[in-house]
Amino acid sequence: MGTSHDHIVKRYDEELARLTGEIVRMGEMAAAQLTGAMDVLERRDSRAAERIVLNDVEIDRLEHVVSHDVVRLLALRQPMARDLREILAALRIASDIERIGDYASNAAKRSMALNEYPVVSASRGLSALAGLAAQMLRDVLAAYRARDAEAALVVRARDAELDARYTALFRELLTYMAEDPRSISPAIHLLFIAKNIERIGDHATNIAENVWFVVNGEAPLAEREKRDLTSAVGRSG
Amino acid sequence: MNDALRIATPAASRNVPRNAANGEPAPPKMEARNLDFFYGDFRALKGISLAVPEKQVTAIIGPSGCGKSTLLRIFNRIYSIYPGMSARGEVLLDGENILDPKYSLNRLRSKVGMVFQKPVPFPMTIHDNVAYGIGHHEKLSKAAMAERVELALRQAALWDEVKDKLKQNALGLSGGQQQRLCIARAIALRPSVLLLDEPTSALDPIATGRIEQLIAELKSDYTIVIVTHNMQQAARCSDRTAFMYLGELIEHGETDVMFTRPTKQQTEDYITGRFG
Repeated sequence: MGTSHDHIVKRYDEELARLTGEIVRMGEMAAAQLTGAMDVLERRDSRAAERIVLNDVEIDRLEHVVSHDVVRLLALRQPMARDLREILAALRIASDIERIGDYASNAAKRSMALNEYPVVSASRGLSALAGLAAQMLRDVLAAYRARDAEAALVVRARDAELDARYTALFRELLTYMAEDPRSISPAIHLLFIAKNIERIGDHATNIAENVWFVVNGEAPLAEREKRDLTSAVGRSG
Repeated sequence: MNDALRIATPAASRNVPRNAANGEPAPPKMEARNLDFFYGDFRALKGISLAVPEKQVTAIIGPSGCGKSTLLRIFNRIYSIYPGMSARGEVLLDGENILDPKYSLNRLRSKVGMVFQKPVPFPMTIHDNVAYGIGHHEKLSKAAMAERVELALRQAALWDEVKDKLKQNALGLSGGQQQRLCIARAIALRPSVLLLDEPTSALDPIATGRIEQLIAELKSDYTIVIVTHNMQQAARCSDRTAFMYLGELIEHGETDVMFTRPTKQQTEDYITGRFG
C-alpha cells in the first residue's frame, strides 16, 4: 500500500527521511569499500588496503547512528503499520550493511597477506564475482531508495547466479591447490575472500526481502533458488 | 526465509471473528446490520454492519465526529431518551433486535452496561454506588447485597483499595478509582456486554494501566466494546478493531492485522498519523 500523504507531524517525516538517508549512505560506503577491496587486491597495493580496513569504522559508526535513531523513533512516535515496517527494516538493513562492510574490510586485509605470495590466476574469477556482488548491492540500494519491491525481487533472484559463480571458483581453487601445494596458502586466502563475497550476496538478498516487507507487509515470498553447492564438492557419489 | 516474511493469514478468512482459544469462528454477541442513525436530518451513521464477537474486546477507532460514540450509544439505546434522534436498521443482541420498541429498556440496560469518559460516581457511599442499580432490578437481603457489591468491586480490581471505607463518599476516590467504581457499578448488574466510551482519557498512565489490565481480565466473562482515541490502547487491549470515518465503517478485522497491515488507505493514513 502506498503512503501518499505526509504525516500531520512534519518532524516525523523528516526523521523517517533522515533514516533512509543514513541507510543509503551506509550502503554506498559499503559498495565503495567492496569495489576498493577488489581494486587493491588486483593492484597488490597494501597501503591502500590498509586505508580500506580503517574506513570500516565509519560504517560501524553509521550503524550506531541508525540504531539510535530507530530507538528514538520507536519511543517517541509509536509507529504503526507501514511506518513501523519502515523503521524495523531500517534497523535490519543497517545490520546487513554493517556485515557487508566487515566482509569488504576482511577482503582488503587478506589482500595484504596475498601480496606476500606470487599471483594466483584465479583472482580474475574473483573480480567478476565481486563485480556481480557490488552490482547487486547497488541495485538493492536503488530498490530501497525507490521502495520498489519488484526491483528488489529481481536482485534477490540474482543471488543464484552469484552462488553458481562462487561454486565454480571454489572448484577452480581446489584444483590449483591439488596441482601445486605451494599455492595452498594464497588459494585459501582467495577462497575466504570468495566466501566473503558470496555472503555479501546473501546480505543483499536480505535487504531485498526487507524492501519487499516494507512495501507489502507480511505478504509471502516464494522460496529462493540456491546454487551454492560447495558443501557437496568432493563428496563421493 | 526471514520470519517477518512468513505466510500471512489468507485475506478471505481475516474478517471472520475467531475464538481466541481455539481459532473457531466466534459467534457474534451483538451485531449491527445496515444501521443508519439520524440526529434530526443529519445522517450520522451510514449503513453500518458490524459483528461483535462474544467474550472478545472490540475497539472502535476513528477521528472525532466519525460516529464511533454514536454507534456505542445505540448499543444500549441511550439516544432514545433524547428527542429528534432515530435509528434505522437492526442491532441484534443474542439474535434479538434491541431497536425494536418492544425490547424493554430496563431489560436492555441489565444486559448492556456502559462506562463513560468521565467517571461520574453518584454522590453517595462507595457501597451504595454499586448497590444502587442492583436494587432497581432485584430485591436482595442485606447480606446478599453485600456479597454482590464485594464481588463487583473485586471484579473491578477495586476491592482491596476500598474494603475498609465502603461507607465513605465515592467522590473522595481518585479519578482512576472512580472509573473502576463506575465499571464495578456497571458489572454489578451482571450484564453480558460492557460498553466503554473513552474510559481512560481522563486518567493518568498508572490508572490507565490498571483499567487496561482490568479489561484483559473482564474479557473472560464479558463481551467488551471500547471506543478510544488512543490508538496504542486499541492495539493493546482489543482482539478486533473497527475503523470509522464520516459515519461509515471503513474497515474492521483482527487488531493485529489492522495495526500492522490494514487493507484500506484511509485506515493506514489514520493509524500512522497522516490524516489531513
